[in-house]
Amino acid sequence: MDDRFAAAARLLPDYLSQHVLLSLCALTLGLAISLPLAVAASRSQAVRWPALFGASLVQTIPSLALLALFYPLLLALSGLSRAWFGFTFPALGFAPSLMALTLYSMLPILRNGVAGITGVDPAVIEAANGMGMTGTQRLFQVELPLAAPVIMAGVRTAAVWTIGAATLATPVGQTSLGNYIFSGLQTENWVAVLFGCVAAAGLALSVDQLLGLVESGLAARRPWRVWAGAVGLAVGAALALSPLIGTGAAPAYRIGAKNFSEQYILAQLMAGRLEGAGARVAIRDDLGSATIYRALAASEIDAYVDYSGTLWANVLGRTDNPGRAQVLVGLKQALARRDGVVLLGPLGFENAYALAMRADRARALGVASLDDLAAKASGLVLGSDLEFLSRPEWKSVESIYALKFRRLVSYQPTFMYRALADGEADVISAFSSDGRIEADRLVVLPDPRHALPPYDAVILVSPRRAHDARLLAALKPLVGAIDVSAMRAANYSVDRDQDKRTPAQAAAVLAGRLRVAAGR
Amino acid sequence: MIELLGVVKAYGGAPAAGPLSLSIPAGTFVAILGGSGSGKTTTLKMINGLVVPDAGEVRIDGAPTGATPGHLLRRRMGYVFQEVGLFPHMTVGENIAVGPRLAGWTPERTAQRLTTLLELVALPAELAARLPAELSGGQRQRVGLARALAAEPAIMLMDEPFGALDPVVREALGRDYRALHERLSLTTVMVTHDVMEALLLADRIVVMQSGAILADDTPGALLADHPEPDVRALMETPRAQARRVEALAAERGADAREPDGRG
Repeated sequence: MDDRFAAAARLLPDYLSQHVLLSLCALTLGLAISLPLAVAASRSQAVRWPALFGASLVQTIPSLALLALFYPLLLALSGLSRAWFGFTFPALGFAPSLMALTLYSMLPILRNGVAGITGVDPAVIEAANGMGMTGTQRLFQVELPLAAPVIMAGVRTAAVWTIGAATLATPVGQTSLGNYIFSGLQTENWVAVLFGCVAAAGLALSVDQLLGLVESGLAARRPWRVWAGAVGLAVGAALALSPLIGTGAAPAYRIGAKNFSEQYILAQLMAGRLEGAGARVAIRDDLGSATIYRALAASEIDAYVDYSGTLWANVLGRTDNPGRAQVLVGLKQALARRDGVVLLGPLGFENAYALAMRADRARALGVASLDDLAAKASGLVLGSDLEFLSRPEWKSVESIYALKFRRLVSYQPTFMYRALADGEADVISAFSSDGRIEADRLVVLPDPRHALPPYDAVILVSPRRAHDARLLAALKPLVGAIDVSAMRAANYSVDRDQDKRTPAQAAAVLAGRLRVAAGR
Repeated sequence: MIELLGVVKAYGGAPAAGPLSLSIPAGTFVAILGGSGSGKTTTLKMINGLVVPDAGEVRIDGAPTGATPGHLLRRRMGYVFQEVGLFPHMTVGENIAVGPRLAGWTPERTAQRLTTLLELVALPAELAARLPAELSGGQRQRVGLARALAAEPAIMLMDEPFGALDPVVREALGRDYRALHERLSLTTVMVTHDVMEALLLADRIVVMQSGAILADDTPGALLADHPEPDVRALMETPRAQARRVEALAAERGADAREPDGRG
């Protein structure tokens, strides 16, 4: 408990500074766009309706989806810009998060801006006109000062929304307080989840209170309150952002990770080896499994671990299964030729998709392989992770064994195992390197017809680092060095309920075993 | 000299005022008298360009107003209306200083003018630092007057300026304004629906009905037997009221003596 709290607290300066920077930029940009738009909308019905409708429409898109949508959009724009102007820009991380959050912050500012300006007493407007003010003079000397408290209330709402939604920037590769929540959810580290929630809520509340001070100062025309709020915000932002200034240059290497324990551990392992070689490293974890390869191909991350079957089916679009060795050879050539990506080599274990059942249940039903399962499936529930059912592997298993389940349910990987243990699911799409297979006494059902491709864990290196001697030297020794039992043990130490390790601790244990093995 | 030459204004096809022509010599106090919908406010606002006529022309001292941008035209005229429209986020002093600031006066000249104006509208100097919300209705209208007079306009346009005030304050303010009109040699056009107010303050009364001028004469001439029946009826109202008030007062006087007799 104390360990996990201390580990979370150590990450706070980095996460908080990134979170504040992102929220601050999004809010500033949102204000810069919404305020002039609100003025235009308050002047003209023709602008008001589409502006408010557009902003409301954005608000109806779930914020996670909004953030996710900007990644392919920016990727396409980056591609166009390379074709036309010869340069690219990062499609992952800060840029898509900033754009999505900016859009997200606009509605309250826009709505309150229009309400504030159109709500000014008509007699005051008539006086301003009657005295010979121009439209601009009226706006700055009368309308905006009078609408300021209402506009500030909108800014407050926007700030709270933006700070809350910024936690969702983690899956598109932008570090935020959401890293606590997403990683904590995967490793069942509830201390981290709670820490992230409290930090994000605390930040939102503090900003809300300080903006509230500004708002009430504007409403009551008490300049000292406005100043107190503004100074409080400035000092708070400066404090939160100070770690960014301290670190100076950006980290030299970025290691990517998908959103499960094994990936966190392997990313820490690779980062540790690079740091051991004297390099500065940042880890971008919780990347979506479709976006992570594209991020690597675009050199936005430098290395990560993927699985041969996943690359074979999803990146190359292959549906055949020529066997483990052929898949590796085929991948190495195809990825290098097509994207300039280097497949450094397999780590030595497979993390295959496999259908698994509780041992007692399998025995009771008399299911020993996928062939047996096909006969019983119509009465059973399949629990899967979020992507399995849309992957070609499932289509292949489904058609080859003619599987027809009573029901299909998707879970976060962690909850999928829970569902199996609780009997909510009878069969799950397990991962063969998962420590919980042994610990929960599960049986992996054999696949006699080879419907599932091999899933060797392989290190991929970005085109930009293809000839980077330091990176290659640091990661090469990992090739062939991790067997499935070592990986299962490491995964289980993070996933279990008692005596949990952080991914960094598990990586250190794994690194220790490698050293011992190398020494022998 | 204000001239309206065949001006017409319609809102969405419904005629509001005109075609009408009117000439107001410098230094005159003219009341435009009429009920609601008579077109009196539209006529007033055509003078300072808050309402732009569909046809016809407005001239100030011989120059057509269409040639000047509206806001520059309005800076040369004072404008006072029933709701006053003081800027709630500015102090009384700041409200009054708006006109001089728009006209580009120096701060010294503006400060001097502020002192003069508060005296002129009979407000204590310490009121300059107050916010409009802290004032009474009468004080607010006096500030409105001071604000309108601040940039030393030659023409004052007033739309029911005292309409929202109680009768005592209204009477006092009306009299005070009439004195200011004389003292500053202003040209004043005041819209009102109150016959008594028009009779007591104006040199000349323009009676409007359904967007047209029904009568245009001195109060004395209008009170004398006017050929227009509607004007006669209008002028009869304050007289009839005055007679009834007199009668009531006499009756009350008779009642009041009785208890005395018993006691």
